[in-house]
Amino acid sequence: MARILAVDDSASMRQMVSFTLKGAGHDVIEASDGKEALDKAKGTQVDLVLSDVNMPVMDGLTLVKELRTLPNYKFTPILMLTTESTGDKKMEGKQAGATGWLVKPFNPDQLLATIKKVLG
Amino acid sequence: MSIDLSQFHQVFFEESYEGLDVMESALLNLQPDTVDSETINEIFRAAHSIKGGSGTFGFNDVAEFTHVIETLLDEIRGGTRNITSEIVDLFLQSVDCIRKLIQQHDAGEPCEIPEATELKKIFEGILSGNVPASERATASEPAASEPEGSSSTHGWKIYFKPELDILRTGNDPLRMFRELESLGPLRITADVSKIPLIGSIDPEACYMAWELELDAGVSRSAVDEVFEWVVDESDLRIEPLGSAAVLEPEHEEKVSDTANNEQGMDKEKEAIPSPSVSVTPSPNQEVATKPKKEASKVEVSSIRVGIDKVDDLINMVGELVITQSMLGELGLDFTMESLPRLLEGIEQLSQNTRELQESVMRIRMLPISFTFSRFPRLVHDLSRTMNKKIELKLTGEQTELDKTVMEKIGDPLVHLVRNSLDHGIEMPEDRIKAGKPETGTITLNAFHQSGNIVIQIIDDGAGLNKAKILEKAVEKGLVSENDDLSDDQIHDLIFKPGFSTADQVSDISGRGVGMDVVRRNINELNGSVEVESTEGQGSIFTIRLPLTLAILDGQLIRVGEHVYILPLISIVESIQSFQGMLHRVVGGCDLLRLRDEYVPIIKLSSIFNIKSTAQDMDDGLLVVVEGDNMKVALLIDDLEAQQQVVIKSLEENYKRVDGVSGATILGNGTVSLILDIPGLIKLAGVQRYEYKVVNNDDDCAA
Repeated sequence: MARILAVDDSASMRQMVSFTLKGAGHDVIEASDGKEALDKAKGTQVDLVLSDVNMPVMDGLTLVKELRTLPNYKFTPILMLTTESTGDKKMEGKQAGATGWLVKPFNPDQLLATIKKVLG
Repeated sequence: MSIDLSQFHQVFFEESYEGLDVMESALLNLQPDTVDSETINEIFRAAHSIKGGSGTFGFNDVAEFTHVIETLLDEIRGGTRNITSEIVDLFLQSVDCIRKLIQQHDAGEPCEIPEATELKKIFEGILSGNVPASERATASEPAASEPEGSSSTHGWKIYFKPELDILRTGNDPLRMFRELESLGPLRITADVSKIPLIGSIDPEACYMAWELELDAGVSRSAVDEVFEWVVDESDLRIEPLGSAAVLEPEHEEKVSDTANNEQGMDKEKEAIPSPSVSVTPSPNQEVATKPKKEASKVEVSSIRVGIDKVDDLINMVGELVITQSMLGELGLDFTMESLPRLLEGIEQLSQNTRELQESVMRIRMLPISFTFSRFPRLVHDLSRTMNKKIELKLTGEQTELDKTVMEKIGDPLVHLVRNSLDHGIEMPEDRIKAGKPETGTITLNAFHQSGNIVIQIIDDGAGLNKAKILEKAVEKGLVSENDDLSDDQIHDLIFKPGFSTADQVSDISGRGVGMDVVRRNINELNGSVEVESTEGQGSIFTIRLPLTLAILDGQLIRVGEHVYILPLISIVESIQSFQGMLHRVVGGCDLLRLRDEYVPIIKLSSIFNIKSTAQDMDDGLLVVVEGDNMKVALLIDDLEAQQQVVIKSLEENYKRVDGVSGATILGNGTVSLILDIPGLIKLAGVQRYEYKVVNNDDDCAA
C-alpha cells in the first residue's frame, strides 16, 4: 500500500489522519511542521503528502514549493488539508504546486475517499 | 469504515487548552493600534487549529465560535482592520468562552454558554461592518451549489483540456478518468493534435486534450468533483449527453483510448450509486451525532515530558544493565582477589542508581512558566477592574520544580499576586503624588537557591503600613500594646489567622482569611513564606519550596543511640573543636562565635530528651545549619554518612511531631527521623533576630 507523509501541527489531527490511513493499510510518516516534513521527505520517497497549511516554523505552502524543487517529488501528489475554502486560498495552493485539497473539517471516510482519488 | 473519533478527543482538548494559553498570552502582548504580524499570526494559528480540530471532532459550537474570531483575526492580519484595546478585550473574553466550551465537552456535559452566543453576535456585528466576499465562506464548498436540475440526464459529455503544467502539480488525467469510470461506462477520445515535434517537446508538459462520454445518470456535481482540483486552470466543458454536444460524433472513434476497454464496461456499473467522494462537510455526518458522553470520566493525570529527558532515562537504564551484567559475571567465579572489582562494580551501581533517580525526578520537573503563565491575564483583568495601571514582569520562568509542588503552589501565588494588586500598588494618582511612575510594577521571580526553589512576588507599591497592622493586631488581640516588636515581627503579623487590614473588603483579594491560609498551604509543602517591606517603596514576598517532595539529600547525624537526618542543604558547616568559641549566656542559650557572628546553640539531646554519649559539650560536634533565615548550631555526637533518603510522611503514618518534617527507612531497616530546622528553632525557643547583627562583641556575649 501507499507510503504517506502526514503533516499537521495539531497532534490530534495528525493522530486522526495517521490512524485512519494506517487502518486502511497505508504506511504513515508524521511531521509536525513543514521543516520536519521536508527533512523527512528528503530521506525517503513517499507516494502522497497530506499537509496542513497554517503551521509554525514552515507553513504548508512553503513546504509544497520546497518539495517541488526536489527531483523525486516533482510529480508526487500533495494534498492540502485546509479550512480555507475560498477560491483565492486554493489558487495559492495550486500555484505553489499542490495537487488538490481536502477542506477541514473532514471525517475519516472523506479522507479515505479523497486519497483514493490520487492513489487510485 | 467507521472510526471512533472520540479516541482523539483527549489529545484535542489538551492541545486546545495549550492553544488557548498561547492565544491569551499573545493577546496580552499585543499593543493596541499597531499590527505585530508575528504575534497576530501566532494567535491566528492557534485559533485556526482549534477551529479545524473542533470541526473535525464534532464540536460544532466551538468551531462556529472560533470561525468568527478567526475571520476577524484574518482581517487584522491582512491589515484591513486595526486592533483596539476593545477588540483585544473581546478576544480575551472569547478565549475564556472557548475554554469553557471545551471544558464542558471535556467533562462530557451539554454545552450551554449564553455568553458565547452573545460574544458571537458582537463579533458578527463588528464583522458585518465590512464583510469582504471571502469572509462569507464557512467551511462549506460553494462551488458545489450549482443547479442540479439536469440530474435526469443519462450521461455526460466532457471536453477536458488541462493546462500544460498539470503534471507538475501532481495531478494525473489518467487518475481522473479512472475515477470517472467508477461512476459508469466511459468512452475516451484523445486529441493529440497539439503535441509538438519531438525536438521541441517538454517531457513534463501535458499537451493532450480529451473528450469523454460518461454513460451514467449521475449528478453534475459528481462529475465536477472529479475535476475539482483542476477546473480553474483547465479548459473544461461538461454537458449532458444527447444535447448539443453530440455535434462532433466523427471524433469518437478516431483515437480510441484502449486503456478503458481493458476494464470492461459492465452495464451493471450504472446501478452503482456515486461513491461518497464528497469533500464538503454535511452537517449531519456521523461525526456530529456521535454521542459525546462516551468520553470516559476517569481523570488521568498526565505529564508531558521532553524527549531528551526520556532519552536520558533510557541511557541510564542501559548503563544499569551493563553494570548488572558485569556484576553477574563477577559472581560466577568469585574469589577474594576480585574483591576490588566487586567494590568497583558496586560503586558504579550506586552511581547508576543515583543518576537514574535524578533522571526520573527530572521527569516530574516542569518549568514554573506553567504556573506563571496564568498571571498576565489575571493582572490585566484585575488592573482594569481596579483602574490601576500595572505592569507584570516575569523572570526565571524556566526554573523547574516538581509537578506536585507546582500544582499546589498555584493558589497561594494567585492570592499573593491579588494581594499585591489590591493592597500593594496604589491608584495612579496616588502614585504620581508620591513621586512614583504612574504604572506600578509587580515582578514574579523564580530561581533555585541551594536545593530550594525561591519564588518572589515583588511590588513597588505602598508597602506594609506598620502602624495600621499593629493597630489591627492589637484590636484583634493578636499582640498586646506593650509588646516590643521588630519590623519583621510586625510584618509577620499579616500571616496570623483572622487578620485583614483592607479598609473595605474587596472582591479582589481575600476577606481576611487569606494570608494565614497562604502560609499554611506553603508550610504544608515544607516551604516557607516571608515578607519584607519598606513603607512607601513596596513589598517582597518570598516563598521557599523544596524542589521535590519525595527525596531529600540527607546527612545522617548521631545523638546518643539515635540517628537523625538533616537536610544537606540546610547545613552550612560543621565544627569539631570549638573550645574558645563558646559563649555561655545566662538565662538564654549558649552562643557559638562564628567569625563575626553569634550563633545560638541548640542541644538536640535536651530537645528530644535523650541521652547523649558526649558527657561534656566539648566532646560533641557542632553543625551549623540555616533555617527560616537564621543560623543555629546543633550540638550532636557524631556525623555519619550522607545519603539520599526517601521522605515518608510522619503525619500519615503516625502524627505530626514538632521539629520533625518526616521520616525515612535506613539501609539497616531502622526508621530515622528527618529534622525540620525551622521547627527545631521554634522548639528550642530561640529568639529570632536577637543575634542577627552584631557589631560589638562585648554587648552580645555578656
